[in-house]
Amino acid sequence: MNKRFTRILATSVAAAALIGTLGACGKGSASASSEGSNEITMWTHNAGNPEELAAIENIVDSYNKSPGAKAKIKVQAFPQDSYNDSVVSAAASGKLPCIVDIDGPNVPNWAWAKYLTPLKLEADVSKNLPSTVAKWEGETYAVGTYDVALAMLARASDLKAAGIRVATVEKPWTKDEFQDALTKLKALGKWDYPLDMGTAGTGEWLPYAYSPFLQSFGGDLINRDGFQSADGALNGDKAIEWAQWFRGLADQGFMAKKSGKDSTQDFLNSKSGILYTGSWAADKARAAVGADLVVMPSVDLGNGPKIGGASWQWGVTSGCGNSAAAMDYLSYSLKSENLAAIAKATGTIPATDEAAALLPEYAKGGTNRIFMELSRNYAVMRPETPAYPFIATEYGKAVQDILAGADPKTALDKSVKAIDANIKSNGGYKN
Amino acid sequence: MTTTQLPPTGRRLADPTPALPPRKPRRRRRNLREQISGWGMIAPAAVLLLAFVFLPAILGFGLAFTNARLVSPRPVEFVGTDNFARLFADPTFWRSLLNVSYFAVVVVPVQSGIALAMALLINKKFRGVNFFRTIYFLPVVTSMVVVSLLWMFMYRKDGLINEMLSAASFGLINGPDWLNDPATAMPAIIALSIWQAAGFHMIIWLAGLQSISGELYEAAQLDGASRWHQFRYVTWPGLKHTRTLVLVTITIQALGLFDQVSVMTQGGPLDSTTTIIYEAVRSGFKQQETSYASAISLVFFVLVLLISAVQRYLSREKD
Repeated sequence: MNKRFTRILATSVAAAALIGTLGACGKGSASASSEGSNEITMWTHNAGNPEELAAIENIVDSYNKSPGAKAKIKVQAFPQDSYNDSVVSAAASGKLPCIVDIDGPNVPNWAWAKYLTPLKLEADVSKNLPSTVAKWEGETYAVGTYDVALAMLARASDLKAAGIRVATVEKPWTKDEFQDALTKLKALGKWDYPLDMGTAGTGEWLPYAYSPFLQSFGGDLINRDGFQSADGALNGDKAIEWAQWFRGLADQGFMAKKSGKDSTQDFLNSKSGILYTGSWAADKARAAVGADLVVMPSVDLGNGPKIGGASWQWGVTSGCGNSAAAMDYLSYSLKSENLAAIAKATGTIPATDEAAALLPEYAKGGTNRIFMELSRNYAVMRPETPAYPFIATEYGKAVQDILAGADPKTALDKSVKAIDANIKSNGGYKN
Repeated sequence: MTTTQLPPTGRRLADPTPALPPRKPRRRRRNLREQISGWGMIAPAAVLLLAFVFLPAILGFGLAFTNARLVSPRPVEFVGTDNFARLFADPTFWRSLLNVSYFAVVVVPVQSGIALAMALLINKKFRGVNFFRTIYFLPVVTSMVVVSLLWMFMYRKDGLINEMLSAASFGLINGPDWLNDPATAMPAIIALSIWQAAGFHMIIWLAGLQSISGELYEAAQLDGASRWHQFRYVTWPGLKHTRTLVLVTITIQALGLFDQVSVMTQGGPLDSTTTIIYEAVRSGFKQQETSYASAISLVFFVLVLLISAVQRYLSREKD
């Protein structure tokens, strides 16, 4: 019996050792042959978005055919849901491609983890929308070809019927005006809830959509001075005011605690009067509602309207064997006509004025020009700290709990405690 | 298994018939060959299990005592029991433990009961029995994620279930917003879970029922036993082993509650549906705290081990 047991043990140890060596071999050879200098790989998250993918592939094709191409770019597309996991596991096994796309607020986290290398581009990005250039600790780590902007959509006829003025970039609604508008709209009795804030959203939508309100009140996700603690910013008086206001919208019957699955569709089906959403919904809404559609800036809750900045951006990985070619491609992709092509395909805001001039809807006087102004005037970057992914989950949970009836102070204190503990256990996320 | 095939060598030496000395080495050789082929046959499964279950599990237990991160440039450091101290001080963890207990305490008896009732119903010979077997089993082969998505629509304020309640009560009952009310979210998940999984245990019960000899029922009928007495004194004792299996599998399945929560409520509202596994996945992947998630997993492992051991002890053969 004993002898047999020893044999089992010996076999298993041998097997484990074998597998271990095989694994090590695999890893070793992969990182060695990582990227041949004449072909570099680029990963993108938009396998589920054929228009955006096609636009990117077009640019890559034209770069590959251009005489100045320093390498051949190969595109690999992933579904958005599994994209971040793919990058993280590729990084763990040393198999990152040369170029990756990144959701803007994650850039500092990946830069801190040394996935990304600082960009040295020929293209001048100083005039691009500030929210399309991701900086961390003084270096630029990623550039975006576009941004998106949050806004409020409504039908001019509804606002007129309720006797409310249309908010403009010059004169956005104040907190009281917003309250008044919702009261009047509700009195029309046309909808179950006059406002749809997309409260059924999960994940990154929660901090993207609702932290700007917090910032407009004067609070924030974290103290941006050094990014070491959220105490006072996320649980101070301003933050409590924000939480009470937000909860109040639901309590007064202005919005659902959990909206429908597709807020845009609900708005088009006249289930809500005002839709708070991103610029991506505008084209669809305009096609359905026509000239009656008005695009309004977000509410000024004390410190001016705020909206989230930064969408998907491009970066070069630190293990890239031919980073000169990768940077060269990024510079190429930032040419005005390329920016315009992607913005057109995705219904997003092009990163520069020159690119906007190529698109009638984003050129001066165009129907979507307002989104560019919103982005320029109101965009606040989500905190540029490697702690952001953690902060986002904690804030998202706090929002959901507050909507579900949790005491604002308790919920926010809990988030602050968790965030501060996380920052501390990571040594302050210092380089 | 192998021990029964191999009589102890000691006794064979003491064998009083020494007329067969040449058989011994041949037998031993044959045994050796049998052993080798036996090991050869379990080798693929054993290697895969070792490489993809045991090794990661052991590594995970090790990680629980470090400060490992999913994404981090910092070297991994040994931090002792810090993660566990944090875990036991976290009210969300205790809440998830409570939720899982609530879920298990309801699901284990109700689901096994319903499964047994269904098994008894379809353990008859009548036309169309296969049709009912298929119907009862259908939810099991449907992915839990798909089931959860569908039920999410049914549970909405204006969803199918509330419409049915309202129609059945002539508009008197105005159903709650099932998944968004801390009081009803967990019961809603319990109902859907039982509906989805009962069919699987029905099949196990059915196998047990069909292994009970028909003669026992004939004898019981001759003795004038009623339907209930037949169930109580023939069926129920005959299902002893099946019972243990069903109990243990449902318990483990209940403790591992995750899919429904992840799809439908993300642990909310107000932590009323969060579970141990959900917290582990949330901290491990969303919050990048690999070590903390490992600590949660280790606690979960110990918990399942304890509960299974207790169940095993209670349902042991009592001679």
